[in-house]
Amino acid sequence: MASTLEPKDVDRIATLARLTLTPDERLQFARQLNDVLRFVEQIRQVDTTGIAATSHPLPADAAWREDLPHTSLPNADALAHAPDANREAGLFRVPKVIG
Amino acid sequence: MSGHVRARVETALARIAAAQPALQAFQHVAADRALARADILDRADAPPGPLHGLPLAIKDNIVARGIPTTAGSRILEGYQSPYDAAVVERLEAAGAVIVGTTRCDEFAMGSSTDNCAYGPAHNPWDLTRTPGGSSGGSAAAVAASLVPIALGSDTGGSIRQPASLCGVVGVKPTYGRVSRYGLMAFASSLDQIGPFARTTREAAAVLEVISGHDARDSTSAQQPVPVFVNALTGDVRNVRIGVPRHLITGDVDENVRAAFDAALSVAQSLGAEVRDVELPNADRGIAVYYLIATAEASANLARYDGVRYGHRATGVTSLADLYERSRHDGFGAEVKRRIMLGTYVLSAGYYDAYYLKAQQMRTLIARDFARAFETVDVVALPTSPCAAFPLGERVDNPLQMYLADVYTVGANLAGLPGVSVPCGFTIEGLPIGLQFIARPWDEATMLRTADAYEQATAWGERAPATR
Repeated sequence: MASTLEPKDVDRIATLARLTLTPDERLQFARQLNDVLRFVEQIRQVDTTGIAATSHPLPADAAWREDLPHTSLPNADALAHAPDANREAGLFRVPKVIG
Repeated sequence: MSGHVRARVETALARIAAAQPALQAFQHVAADRALARADILDRADAPPGPLHGLPLAIKDNIVARGIPTTAGSRILEGYQSPYDAAVVERLEAAGAVIVGTTRCDEFAMGSSTDNCAYGPAHNPWDLTRTPGGSSGGSAAAVAASLVPIALGSDTGGSIRQPASLCGVVGVKPTYGRVSRYGLMAFASSLDQIGPFARTTREAAAVLEVISGHDARDSTSAQQPVPVFVNALTGDVRNVRIGVPRHLITGDVDENVRAAFDAALSVAQSLGAEVRDVELPNADRGIAVYYLIATAEASANLARYDGVRYGHRATGVTSLADLYERSRHDGFGAEVKRRIMLGTYVLSAGYYDAYYLKAQQMRTLIARDFARAFETVDVVALPTSPCAAFPLGERVDNPLQMYLADVYTVGANLAGLPGVSVPCGFTIEGLPIGLQFIARPWDEATMLRTADAYEQATAWGERAPATR
């Protein structure tokens, strides 16, 4: 059975995704996402009992390497494109988070 | 001999400047940087590299120091990377000169370049039509001979489909063949960088340069890199080509179907064996792909939050407000839709029904290919079910846009290499592409087949009026 998204569901997803939507986007996305969800319903018809999930096309063994220290991005480079930063202290600046 | 590289780069820059108003293939032309590189190469005493003096463009989601990278998004307007992508390092070490970045759909999400926040690229064969996407600017730039080589990235067909729609060669390597370090991530288990060229031979030469293990990409494989051009013998007498005819349904444009059938006859006449194969789950590929790709995208694009780089909304009241409003302003509609879909399919209560199910289907799709490769060496399919469609035609119907990827997503889901080569034209004179898909790490057989076909037909030699 197809899930159907109501505009209030779209609001909930937008909050999870850290997006604000205009009233038009809210209605348009509800319609378009429902189109896509109806389309993907087809995969539910396939019996996948006991089938392993593939999260990645390759075995993960390529990732192992020696744990050696190396130089990383210089602090000034990392801060170069920050919209707001305290460059002397080497910090990104954001609105007050606590109290 | 001083000045040769500079002259070559100046020629490319002049062609780009002349074509740009109509074609919009480039996002940023890095003329000063390219000429400085050319002068260094012209002055150098070192022996020339394999790509010495080759002018080359990179898709606008691959970073290079000194060149702005936007990924087609307002959220990265003005962004300049503090480091080079691995492919940029390798190309420049081989003597190539990067002349600029090419237009793409925002964060590579699209099949037409309509989703580029700065406007679409146009198809050199018909300027009212799409060059395909998401690497449409790269395909258009090569088709119009602005540069001999351009790089793209392919998550669900974003190299092969635009190559098909622009009448050039496009290669999506085996997953893990080319380092993704410095490629802005869309769907990390699917993304691969690959070349566009006018011929399979040129694409093979560039593929060799950009391939190979890179410790900075944890998914980069420790596989030996063959000299791909040595595989291009023109001899396909021992190649078995599998054709999943059950996938070529009534939805395929009749021009595409006719060109595909004719291409198989050519392959047969060259001595290749053509036989039917079954890919029983492949017709579910689009659904599986759009669940997995959006899920991964929703996580990857969380980094665009207005804190470390990119657009930040002004007048915000809290950190959450900063995130939400920066992302609202910076992302376009398709990116928001995909983040929303990905967030939904990963959310509590829906994860098993959508994301886990799609991952299980991914296993079945990969198994289908593995089974086919027990009896054949390459699988042949049309690259795209249709030729270039008018720009803007599918913007309001995302699902219809997604269906353009029906023949290409399988290779991404299974991690396989794929190539698109020109195989004819529609009655309207629009290019059609033929796709070969091969076993993991067997680009050599795939490119040998593509090259032999190309040598026998020379479709790629026909030039658009804009070239």
